Amino acid sequence: MLSPDGGQTVDILIENGRIVSIGPALSNDALYPEFDATGCWVGPGFVDIHTHLREPGHEYKEDIKSGSQAAALGGYTAVVAMPNTMPAIDSGHIARLVAARGREVGLIEVQPAGAVTLGRQGNELAHLDELWEAGSRIFTDDGDPVADSGLMRQALEYIGDLGGVVSQHCEDKGLSRGGHMHEGSVSSLLGIRGIPPASEDIVVARDIALSEMTDRPVHFQHLSSARSVELIADARLRGVPVTAEVTPHHLMFTDKEIEAGTDPAFKMHPPLRTESDRQGLIEGLRHGVIDVVATDHAPHVTADKEVPFEEAANGVIGLETAAAVVNTVLQPDAAEFFSWMSTGPAGIARMANHGRYPTHGELANLVVFDPNARWIPGTYASKSTNSPYTGLTLTGKVRLTVSMGRTTSSEGQLT
Amino acid sequence: MIEPGLETARIREAPLLLTDDDIRRALRRISHEIREQHPYLDQVVLLGIPTRGVPLARRIASAIREHDNTEVPVGSVDVGLYRDDLDHRPTTRLGPTEVPVDLDGRTVILVDDVLFTGRTIRAALDALADLGRPSTVQLAVLVDRGHRQLPIRADYVGKNLPTAVGERVTVQLEETDGTEGVWLERLS
Amino acid sequence: MRHLLSTEHMTATELTWILNMADEMAEVLERPIPKVPTLRGKTVGLLFFENSTRTRLSFERAAKALSADTMTFGSQGSSMTKGESLRDTALTLEALGADLMVVRHHAVGAAHRISEWVDVPVINAGDGTNQHPTQALLDVLTLRKRFGKLDGLTVAIVGDIRHSRVARSNVFAMTALGADVTLVAPPTLLPPTLDEWPVRVAHHIDDVIESTDVLYLLRIQAERGGDQVVPSLPEYVSRFGLTDERYARMSGDSVVLHPGPMNRGVEIAHGVAEADRSLVLSQVRNGVAVRMAVMMTLAGADRD
Repeated sequence: MLSPDGGQTVDILIENGRIVSIGPALSNDALYPEFDATGCWVGPGFVDIHTHLREPGHEYKEDIKSGSQAAALGGYTAVVAMPNTMPAIDSGHIARLVAARGREVGLIEVQPAGAVTLGRQGNELAHLDELWEAGSRIFTDDGDPVADSGLMRQALEYIGDLGGVVSQHCEDKGLSRGGHMHEGSVSSLLGIRGIPPASEDIVVARDIALSEMTDRPVHFQHLSSARSVELIADARLRGVPVTAEVTPHHLMFTDKEIEAGTDPAFKMHPPLRTESDRQGLIEGLRHGVIDVVATDHAPHVTADKEVPFEEAANGVIGLETAAAVVNTVLQPDAAEFFSWMSTGPAGIARMANHGRYPTHGELANLVVFDPNARWIPGTYASKSTNSPYTGLTLTGKVRLTVSMGRTTSSEGQLT
Repeated sequence: MIEPGLETARIREAPLLLTDDDIRRALRRISHEIREQHPYLDQVVLLGIPTRGVPLARRIASAIREHDNTEVPVGSVDVGLYRDDLDHRPTTRLGPTEVPVDLDGRTVILVDDVLFTGRTIRAALDALADLGRPSTVQLAVLVDRGHRQLPIRADYVGKNLPTAVGERVTVQLEETDGTEGVWLERLS
Repeated sequence: MRHLLSTEHMTATELTWILNMADEMAEVLERPIPKVPTLRGKTVGLLFFENSTRTRLSFERAAKALSADTMTFGSQGSSMTKGESLRDTALTLEALGADLMVVRHHAVGAAHRISEWVDVPVINAGDGTNQHPTQALLDVLTLRKRFGKLDGLTVAIVGDIRHSRVARSNVFAMTALGADVTLVAPPTLLPPTLDEWPVRVAHHIDDVIESTDVLYLLRIQAERGGDQVVPSLPEYVSRFGLTDERYARMSGDSVVLHPGPMNRGVEIAHGVAEADRSLVLSQVRNGVAVRMAVMMTLAGADRD
């Protein structure tokens, strides 16, 4: 088990969902069912601050139930649902609907992210107070950037005052226009129009300036460029309140994956970039410049990917594989691992009930993760199967998830 | 895309059926029979089927020339585009199709090394039909090994060789292979 | 060779094989009956998701000269509605009995994707801005007929290379056969990265006009995908157009190629297209022979 003091080998006794005892060699007098977690890490359930649950509006791709199931299998106890739904989560009643639906399904906590602007149109501020009241803590127009600098400044000031954080999708639309993948040698050979890393770097640099000017936090979504990591490292040294996330796929893959077969399973936004970008992201995560791993779980039905690369939808699913991919690529120690997967993201999303180490007397919210188990993803609880990991051997497997006192998945099965 | 080729070492171990002398005699006999059937020779055209039918046709023509001082036109007709077994084999390099004279009304003698199932000759007849309208078509082969699958027979045969289906008759000629002889291989 | 999707990884041996076969096919096309029964009973599916009358006619003519039947899917004529995926369309054509598929599409990788879904050979007849391998093959055939070989030839490809599948296919086919290729264009019309391209670069047509054996002109459009790629067409002509004056400075045996359709008065002056050095019509003729050769090669069994 992992605690703030480090790792220790213990038994954990859970009664009616509550942790009643933690200690070496506990006796099981009441003959509760036992789960042997020998050799595994036990820590707080994972938190994903970047999930597309697609409800309302695109339930044919995913809904809150199937997304919650995928999350439970992946070791998650809470996710932040992105607001690019139809309609967008830009007002209190839609945010309440999403949160309530999450509670109804009951597998994870679903915190609705609020849109920064009405309809994610980038023109005027969304109903920020309503959204805050409904439980939104992260505000984003994800899928699109808040492009207008003046509007971004206002959003930072207003949302910062509420206590929330603006989470920015970093993309300069002039540079990315018409692009489908990283601009580099692979895109040049294929003739596919590219998106240069500067498309991300420019917005990161601008928002660092705005965060510094307003002294309000900015969170950078799904970093893809090594240069962005450098910009953020530099800003953090100066005390600018910025945080950042990286996705499992940007940690594992590069644009070379597209070279072989122009397979849309590897089409995502921002695009997979070069090996040096990938190394920059890995180093950024290891050194704390990037705070957390977020999945950018983006379900799309098969028909959206059974088309040529340029016509395919962006994004991959990731909830069920994220922990394994992070463990496979970085081989972290338990403290780093839970910091990236649970305590870090819970902090950014201001989730009081998540990212807490198993504590005597509290509702159990924990995950049992075997860092040495090897498996091959093939089937998913998600409604969509657009995973780039299908058929790959991953190391590290979620064996048990207990969410708000209830066992939600065990040995790869929903319970 | 496989070029037909022969593993010389493997063939060396197979029994030799015809020596270079045997081949020479067989071709001389064929040329003699042709002269008997076509005393005037002026309408005769020899068309070899690539690869080895072409040098055989040339040799027959030169044997005729030695006796009669008559120049019989020699050409070639490739059957690669007319075969019916494309589903069962890789596409191979095509041989030349060269028709030296107008074939209409002529006597065309097709020349090939081995007559086996008859399918190659069937393809050659189809190819010929697209090239002109000869009055007569005949067939000369160095070896007839039997096992016909079509109603085709040779008019001039150098040597009849009874074989089993599981065997292969391999012909090598100086012009194409740098060596001379006919071997019998048993396919494993 | 199972499919023909790209020239990028083709070897000189593979290219030469097809060119030799194309020579034989050219002989067939000159016969009194320019038709052979090789693919009798086979059906060639022509999947044209993008209109291209020239290319489709050329493939049809090639298929028919080999006695194959053809079956054409055009997204214009049929109801290519949203919701029918590329895969659905390809599997439908296969179920209808296509033994070989020719795919033209406006998006990169379309033919490649289809080749992963169907069990029959696939020929890429142009996929967006990526590849158009039969065009490159007919171009190198045209040059081989004129010069005897590609080895040692200097080729200048002029124009919108960034958006040209013809350029991408030709660069790799020509250099694999030993030609020395220079790309001539402003940076806005060159691929962003040329790391893995076996080429040289020039930024003015006058740098190559007197020395090159082959001047390969590409069609130019001032605007591509919302980007203004050159300030104006007259300015393009001043630096990159083949004017009468420049044509007069070309060296002794040099030739001019263009994949068509030509923008006369822009990349190529009005009279030059029909001038002595222009091989434009030979390119078209050789297209049929090359496509026959490719179909022949892929139709054989046990391809690898």
